[in-house]
Amino acid sequence: MCDTCGCNVTAGNRHLVEAEGKLARTESGREAVAVLQGLLSENDHVAAHNREHFDRHGVLAVNLMSSPGSGKTALLEATIDALGGELRFGVVEGDLETENDAARIRAKGVPAVQITTGTACHLDAHMVHKALHQLDLGELDVLFIENVGNLVCPASFDLGQHRNVTLLSVTEGDDKPAKYPVMFRAGDLMLITKSDLLEVLDDFDPARAEHHLRHLASDAPVLSLSARRGLDLEAWFGWVRAEVGAQRTRVAAGQTSTPKVQPEGRLLHSHG
Amino acid sequence: MHELAVCQSLMAQVVDIAARENAERVTSITLRMGPLSGVEPDLLAEAFPIAAAGTPAEGAELRFERLPVRVRCTTCGAESDATVNRLLCGACGDYRTRLISGDEMLLASLELERRVSAG
Repeated sequence: MCDTCGCNVTAGNRHLVEAEGKLARTESGREAVAVLQGLLSENDHVAAHNREHFDRHGVLAVNLMSSPGSGKTALLEATIDALGGELRFGVVEGDLETENDAARIRAKGVPAVQITTGTACHLDAHMVHKALHQLDLGELDVLFIENVGNLVCPASFDLGQHRNVTLLSVTEGDDKPAKYPVMFRAGDLMLITKSDLLEVLDDFDPARAEHHLRHLASDAPVLSLSARRGLDLEAWFGWVRAEVGAQRTRVAAGQTSTPKVQPEGRLLHSHG
Repeated sequence: MHELAVCQSLMAQVVDIAARENAERVTSITLRMGPLSGVEPDLLAEAFPIAAAGTPAEGAELRFERLPVRVRCTTCGAESDATVNRLLCGACGDYRTRLISGDEMLLASLELERRVSAG
């Protein structure tokens, strides 16, 4: 529990929520109230609000999730280096402590807001909402949200992003999608990172990683790359460009989009 | 894990409903959970007394309806049981399935004791 693993209630999630309860039946003094709403309905409400913000400004929001040390920040640095001339980026960084990652992004001339969660092991929609007040969304095309490095908790919290990208570095083992199904199911794209190390790591097989991902009923594309060595980054850049284009088309049509596997999705099939 | 944060969110909803229904006490809370929600019922049950302390739900019974992992195949249309890391169609084996049960994380119902009105 909390004291063991470091998770805690976040500053943003304390206040009360509106609930849609209705009286079901009355018995001697006791009453049963049927509710049927998500346990994180307040978070999901704020997430939807964040998404409206992004859409109003035509910004594509991408949530990056992975283990600590899989290369999320290095990927962002390489992406800013390559595409900084054609797209305007902003970054929200989530870590338990330090401004280190935000400093690395700012060194590239890109606005970055660091969220230090203290003991919380994930970002939630409130924390991201608060961070958005420090960014001028009108000046951005893409907002990357670099979640806290953790393959468990971040998957349960919608932040308002349009797409989830999961990273799996080749030093972690190719069966991670089977071990952490909730996380890898949530990805709209899976990146196998640090591919330059494959030649010295004979126990990681990208095909096997993809095999495990398909077993989660995911048809997400899988790309191998090395941000540090600049290997095979073009397909990733192509994905970013295509998603920016798709977001502009949606915004022009007054539409929005959520990641393919969405926490709110539960509500669609919970009444049966 | 994030179960205490989830439990705090649950308690906020429960307290709000109890206040609106003019309830003195919440005697039981029923949750509907699937294994792909990413939340462990056992850990939630451990976090519950901490989150419920000092609220009308203190001492309430926390009940879980655990839902199975089920998929519907988008290729052959069959519905079948599955497991959290093997969401393949049980009939034809295709991976192109949709989850129809198993990622729920819902507050299903509450049992309340009303305040006896003074009039």
